[in-house]
Amino acid sequence: MNDSEAILDVQNLSKSFGGLMAVKDCSISVRRGKITGLIGPNGAGKTTLFNLITGFLKPTSGHVFFEEQQIDGLPPHQIFRKGMVRTFQIPRELKTITVLENLMLVPAHQAGEQIWNPWFFGSRVSRQERHIYEQAMDVLKFIDLVHLRDEYASSLSGGQRKLLELGRTLMCGPRIILLDEPGAGVNRVLMRKLVDNIQVLCHDQGITFLVIEHDMDLVTRLCNPVIVMSEGRQIAEGPPEEIKQNEQVLEAYLGGQYR
Amino acid sequence: MKLPLSVADVRSRIKPGDLLAPAAFLIVTAGLLFILADRSGWDASRVLNFYTFFLTFVAIYAMFALGLNIHWGYTGILNFGVMAFFLLGAYTAAIITKPPASGDFVEYIGGYGEKLAFLPFLNSEEWLPFLFGMATAAVVCGILAFLVSIPAMRLREDYLAIVTIGIAELLRRITIEEQWLVNGTRGLPGIPRPLGGLVEPGDYRFVLLGIVVVVLMIVYFAVERGIRSPWGRVLRALREDELATAASGKNVFSFKSQSFVLGAMIMGMGGALYAYAFSALSSDTFNHFFATFLIWAMLIVGGPGNNKGVVLGAYVVWGFWNITLLLQGYDMPGVIATRIPFIREFVVGVLILLVLLLRPQGLMPEVRRVSIWVERHTKATSGLAQESAEQTETPSN
Repeated sequence: MNDSEAILDVQNLSKSFGGLMAVKDCSISVRRGKITGLIGPNGAGKTTLFNLITGFLKPTSGHVFFEEQQIDGLPPHQIFRKGMVRTFQIPRELKTITVLENLMLVPAHQAGEQIWNPWFFGSRVSRQERHIYEQAMDVLKFIDLVHLRDEYASSLSGGQRKLLELGRTLMCGPRIILLDEPGAGVNRVLMRKLVDNIQVLCHDQGITFLVIEHDMDLVTRLCNPVIVMSEGRQIAEGPPEEIKQNEQVLEAYLGGQYR
Repeated sequence: MKLPLSVADVRSRIKPGDLLAPAAFLIVTAGLLFILADRSGWDASRVLNFYTFFLTFVAIYAMFALGLNIHWGYTGILNFGVMAFFLLGAYTAAIITKPPASGDFVEYIGGYGEKLAFLPFLNSEEWLPFLFGMATAAVVCGILAFLVSIPAMRLREDYLAIVTIGIAELLRRITIEEQWLVNGTRGLPGIPRPLGGLVEPGDYRFVLLGIVVVVLMIVYFAVERGIRSPWGRVLRALREDELATAASGKNVFSFKSQSFVLGAMIMGMGGALYAYAFSALSSDTFNHFFATFLIWAMLIVGGPGNNKGVVLGAYVVWGFWNITLLLQGYDMPGVIATRIPFIREFVVGVLILLVLLLRPQGLMPEVRRVSIWVERHTKATSGLAQESAEQTETPSN
């Protein structure tokens, strides 16, 4: 596999909300097998870009290519099935469903999701459920939430919810995971665990990551390369040390755009 | 010799909330039977007759409540138009099973009853039209639900609620105004009774109860199995968060439509049974209080998200509805006697308020581990001892 090959290619993407251009003619590319950071000041359009890539918003213009396939305009569940999953800035765990079932929901093509299968072909559903159950237990062990398996997801702490979000993305054999601020509101100990988990997944399973994060500490430790966005477009890309010295980036963060 | 369970064990396992459901059942049953016995002069056969009829209607209403539970309890679809499917199911079953219209003041379409009895054995005129009528009612309601779902399932839940009320009111007005369709306000009498020739007319109510209970049980088990499968898991996920469910690769619109159609089909079957049970339909039956909000009361009181709960809710609410009816027979001061129809509705409202304030999750809350297949695996494959914490309360956020 070519390391520098782009798995995700965003070309001239724009999105306007009324008069506001949240994403302006933005082009980025994410290389396979890397953990790419996406940083930028508040309102730079990072989350909007995520929403555009994963189909939650329709772009005003421009294209998104995932593994050479054009995916802009597809609904979210179809993009998911191509192997691209995301988390949300504010965890969207399913509150009155247990932690275990939150994970078991995710795998695609479950026979039991067609209503006639549980009615008439119970053994087939049962076999598949056993498989999904074991997979979910493996993920629970990985994110260290086995003891909370049968608790409602609403009773988890903020950091545990972040872990559960990550866990859900692992249930479908993803090729790329888009994480929206995985570190926000997570304490240091849990954060270290999160970083370890992401690195293990990237190196052992070859999953590509695109991570929005504000915590520069976490970005420096985790991500290479780092893409910087400001005012809806990419203004810099490079290794974290280089980005920290970049004149343009500092300006963007320190309010240079108002000069 | 030591008993397997000591009193202390039992006490520690049963939470006070668990006793609410049996207590409500006992209070309603005792109250109803006592008033019945008292009114009939302690005549056991009359009490039995009334109670049989009562149970028949509990079972029919439980069908509507089960359908609504799929919509609201599991999928979060706010359907305030239960009446639409109740009405459509009832009229469809009626015009399918009745003989063709004849006479001066009788007009309706359909009338296939005699043609449907085409099998030459086992008195097919007794049961074939009845089954056809119920199946057609379900299919017609399913089609309406699907058509409504195409625009409506893309709406937010409050707008969806308004659409469902609109559909229900539309159907109600059509059946009243369009005389040729189902005889307008004159109503449809003489709907053939299923298996009516089997027994003496006086004993027919037991046959009716049997039919209704069998249909209810089939529907109940079908719904339970569906809900406790991965299919139901997607519905429950949709109830919590549609965006997150879409981000898990589920087709939101398709699953919401399926839920809406299945619930509507069950309501349609309930409507068909209602037509058979009364053997006549009147346009007065179909008003929003009686055909929609009484069913919502059953769902709220019983416990949304628990199929056993909504059947119990149907029993309790229908019980209160009948107890307050029977109280009319007693001598009461004029102030109360003239207002009793309003007091009856008031009692249902108070019941809803009490439940919402004191036990918002209903008499029987949703169980925590819903998927049966998960249940089986956690018992079979894990070393973690699980308490039988089935009836855990939904945390309120």
